[in-house]
Amino acid sequence: MLKDLFGKKRKFATVPSENLTRVPASGDQAKEAGVREKEVPEGLMNKCPHCGTIHYSKDLEKNLRVCKGCQYHYSISAPERLALLLDDGVLTEEFDTDLITSNPLGFPGYLEKLEQDMANTNLNEAVVTGEGLLEGNRIVVGVMDSRFRMASMGSVVGEKITRAIERAIDRRLPFILFSASGGARMQEGVLSLMQMAKTSAALAKLDRERLLYISVLTNPTFGGVSASFSSLGDYNIAEPGAMIGFAGRRVIEQTIRQELPKDFQTAEFLLQNGQLDMVVHRKEMRSTLAKLVEMHTSTPREGVETWQESSPLKSLS
Amino acid sequence: MAGELPFEKPLVELHDKIKELRRFTEEKGIDFSDEVKRLEQKAKELADQIYGNLTPWQRVQLARHPERPTTLDYIQLLFTDFMEIHGDRLFGDDQAIVGGIARLDGRPVTIIGNQKGKDTKDNIRRNFGMAHPEGYRKALRIMEQANKFGRPIICFINTSGAYPGKAAEERGQSEAIARNLRQMATFGVPIICVVIGEGGSGGALAIGVGNRVFMLENSYYSVIAPESAAAILWRDSSLGMRAAETMKITAPDLLELGVIDGIIPEPFGGAHRDVAMQADAVKKVLLEQLEQLSQLSPDELVQDRYEKFKQIGEYASL
Repeated sequence: MLKDLFGKKRKFATVPSENLTRVPASGDQAKEAGVREKEVPEGLMNKCPHCGTIHYSKDLEKNLRVCKGCQYHYSISAPERLALLLDDGVLTEEFDTDLITSNPLGFPGYLEKLEQDMANTNLNEAVVTGEGLLEGNRIVVGVMDSRFRMASMGSVVGEKITRAIERAIDRRLPFILFSASGGARMQEGVLSLMQMAKTSAALAKLDRERLLYISVLTNPTFGGVSASFSSLGDYNIAEPGAMIGFAGRRVIEQTIRQELPKDFQTAEFLLQNGQLDMVVHRKEMRSTLAKLVEMHTSTPREGVETWQESSPLKSLS
Repeated sequence: MAGELPFEKPLVELHDKIKELRRFTEEKGIDFSDEVKRLEQKAKELADQIYGNLTPWQRVQLARHPERPTTLDYIQLLFTDFMEIHGDRLFGDDQAIVGGIARLDGRPVTIIGNQKGKDTKDNIRRNFGMAHPEGYRKALRIMEQANKFGRPIICFINTSGAYPGKAAEERGQSEAIARNLRQMATFGVPIICVVIGEGGSGGALAIGVGNRVFMLENSYYSVIAPESAAAILWRDSSLGMRAAETMKITAPDLLELGVIDGIIPEPFGGAHRDVAMQADAVKKVLLEQLEQLSQLSPDELVQDRYEKFKQIGEYASL
């Protein structure tokens, strides 16, 4: 037994601490050159960037990549998110996998960076869209993947989200989008900015069709993404501790020249300020979403009166 | 010339020299008229050279010129019977955005615009044209009213961006902008937007979802102010000039990218050199466009706007 303890200790020592970043700094717009949250380092152990608790990677996976010590929600990739969310863990149909980014402004070095991210993530761009089953309910879903250019929004991300919304309208299905993004993608300049208008206009159509849209904001959601589709849900839900805002903390501190409260721009801060409907733990996310979807799609069960039928005002009309 | 920009300095110096020679001629009776003529010719050539080849960064400087006409200047020159209306009915009246109703050639219209101050005091009151959420919510309220009464909406865009402050975040800057983007897509009245100076980021777009979008010749429209882009891309905000050159933010760039519908020419040297002439040029475009858009039904206007934004963006297919 004593021997085992020593064995464990040696494993602790292998944690590559220089690779562990603190809580990811809130990104302003596409802060892609900089801090990207470290994925689980290869190896057996992982140290929570928030509280320093050390986990076995295997345990962390089992706990849906949430720290047991402080409930810090690690970023997860789009495929991982879909695995947690959908029946059978995968989309029944993936949309627009053929769309790839060109370099409309001729921005130096942009295409090389994209190729790198495509190779690393096995994705065509920073959002995965498609149709899937959520506890038996058909939904159209989009998930942004922060491993790809910090999931900043350029032409392809805007187009894929817009097309997903249009498909939700065609198929008359609820739309759920998980956002995580540094904001608009600098390298596509004003074209990125216009994707905000494009996606929001598509949501206006969805809205007019009285179809459900649930926006799930995950860490981090900033800038042009936060200021367009992410804030427009019929329900806006965030994961605990997610950093969400329009401008980044650093920019604001420089502008107003005062220090901001510690919890500034956290999901809990937004909830308190009336900007979110709820903060939902990753463990509860699937069931919460399913419940919401069913609340909007299920026909009233037999024997249950609708509100109008049971209203005392009924006798007056 | 008051308020000259750095790149205009050689021209200013030349004009000063000409003035001095003229005074000499008058005071001392020495005839410098040949020299004056020569220098005037030179000044004309120099002006052609400078203003005919403005770099993106020079245009940014012109767009930010302290004497550049603002929304209220255009309102005064283009419209009659302007009545400003105030407040978002939720929190306050953000002076960084002005709005109201007026007549354009007799026809009632609704006007919204970012408003920068004319001097320091005015700028403080107007937060240098950077709106808080209540500004965007005021704009939305006024636009909804326009939609109700079937009035066309005219938006003048001139802001370096939405205000990045603590209170703005607390009150939902993102939500306010996002809601405007979505709601502007639903209005069954013509919406015409003109970028008259700075078109900075989401703060500009929040009143920019129009059936037609125009830019003045020396305005800019960008995903983010050039200095901030430089800070993000190269971690150095002093590289604003480089960002301006790289990011395609001038009116000709945006026309080529298919983001705007046209460029409104400016007087030689910028809008502030001849405000009345500039106002006429803007008015001409507004009347033309309004005439065209008035042919469309409310549903067609909504569809027209949807298609306009749907086609923006460039990508390839595998």
